[in-house]
Amino acid sequence: MAMTLTPEQQALLNGEKGETMAKVMKTLVMYGETFGAEKMVPVTGGCGHLVTSFGLSVMKPVYALMDQLIDSGVLSGQKFSADPRPLDPNVPKNLLQDLFFKVMYSKQESYEKQLQTLGLLSEDSFTCACYMDEVGNKPKKGEVLSWAESSAVVYANSVLGARCNRNSGILELFGSIAGFVPYFGFLTDEGRRATWIVEVKTTSKPEAQILGSAIGMKVMEDVPYVKGLSKFIGTELNDDATAYLKDFGAATASNGAVGLYHIDGLTPEAVELGEKLIAKNAKTYIVDDAELERVKQSYPVMWKDVNATPKLCFVGCPHLSLKQLHDWTNALSEALAKEGRKKVAVPTVFTSPVAVQREFEKTPDYQKLCGMGVVLSYICPLMYMNNPLCGKMPVVTNSNKLRTYTSARYHTDAEILAILSKGGN
Amino acid sequence: MAKTFQGRAVVPGNASATALVSRKGFNTLASFQKALMFKDKAAKCSDQNNPDIYEKPMHGAALCLPQTIGSTTGGMVLFCAAALGQQPACLLFSKPIDSLAAAGAILADVWTDVSMPVVDTLGDEFLAAVQTGAKVTVKKDGTVIVD
Repeated sequence: MAMTLTPEQQALLNGEKGETMAKVMKTLVMYGETFGAEKMVPVTGGCGHLVTSFGLSVMKPVYALMDQLIDSGVLSGQKFSADPRPLDPNVPKNLLQDLFFKVMYSKQESYEKQLQTLGLLSEDSFTCACYMDEVGNKPKKGEVLSWAESSAVVYANSVLGARCNRNSGILELFGSIAGFVPYFGFLTDEGRRATWIVEVKTTSKPEAQILGSAIGMKVMEDVPYVKGLSKFIGTELNDDATAYLKDFGAATASNGAVGLYHIDGLTPEAVELGEKLIAKNAKTYIVDDAELERVKQSYPVMWKDVNATPKLCFVGCPHLSLKQLHDWTNALSEALAKEGRKKVAVPTVFTSPVAVQREFEKTPDYQKLCGMGVVLSYICPLMYMNNPLCGKMPVVTNSNKLRTYTSARYHTDAEILAILSKGGN
Repeated sequence: MAKTFQGRAVVPGNASATALVSRKGFNTLASFQKALMFKDKAAKCSDQNNPDIYEKPMHGAALCLPQTIGSTTGGMVLFCAAALGQQPACLLFSKPIDSLAAAGAILADVWTDVSMPVVDTLGDEFLAAVQTGAKVTVKKDGTVIVD
């Protein structure tokens, strides 16, 4: 179906503002028409968010495209945040790894310059959790966004009630450049209806990362309406609940392709509309203790020696919130004290946005965390792991997203605490 | 005996290639990341969670899949694979195409000279019928013939 464009949009497509802008428009129009969009709608969110934050030397086609945009004066009409940086000098690495990183991410500096020219919010706005209060890119309910980053999109749609499709890298920038996006999918009321009912029937609070993984693998790109979870995480979107949903959502999005979920009695549209959100003939998925265990046992272990002692631990993919930093610091402190240790048994990195770290550094817990030997970083653990040197290392994590994309081995929060306090595997 | 399926041509084009079949969601980032990183022209699949296609070459294959899953870098990754000459010969979806794959296919079409026909909504019966190694022919109008 052909999209109806306004005269201004048609003029852009016809090349009134140059060939490059016409190609940006053509891409957006083809994208919308693929999904039956009949029109474009304005991007009403204050800022964009880009998934591409890394100057990986092999991504030359992306940098060439960015140069073409810049040279043609086709810049973003709104500021944007971007995913975390791939490098942080504070994160443990050996000489060989350090050399490899420098080669691998040799385009980092020049790419960051491109981002600044195109409209980067600030040099500290590199995080996958841009929606945290401290970071300053938190959309309001109903706002239309042009974002990518699967974990941020699913959070914005589900927890904040904003409206954003699961845009790909580059497409999200094109929406911010044009100032409008095709109207389809999660931008529409119909596209936000749940086609799955998930009934949580576990005997205790399910691990967010495994529940999200199970649901993602089951419903794929569909919208689940989750019942039975608010009895474990409450009916208020407080710091604990939002942190839980952040991790849960990231797992649904990376282990499947979920861009929106509703939690009965908790997330804004579920509170407002309840089961009216559920589409006719929705399928049902029951999650109990046995199902979560089945899912956890299905994760392949990619280590050469499955009994190896971990050499590194990452906590914070997606980036940790301020509340999570405090909670992990205190839980780790108690676990170490119980084992008679003062420092973690495995080199450990907690990742969090720079703006959150600044707040955390003002509290006594910061010194407590440093005292236990934990490194606080803004890095993207996924980018750190994506090379043969780090890929061969036995790395543990509580992130199902990191597990999915790298050789890192997944453990529950409790298991991670045991590994860090007792050592071994 | 050849079987014919009719889908929707998302990116119209003709192609003839050997099928590589992913029965589950195709994770574009996980599948292409090593090929991009190490300039592997054969583009061997690096998605450890997808035993159907893990370590099998994707370049030049008729990639048959239900839909793509995972990171929103997916479309950009597909665009890069196409721009660097590592792309599949065609993408054949049993289900309606997802937003990430569509973005990658359209970016490749608009911003590169590569021809990578994309057909979607071929139906579950297509994915049930096609086997890795089968010869697949794609026509401009979205017709797919599996030998």
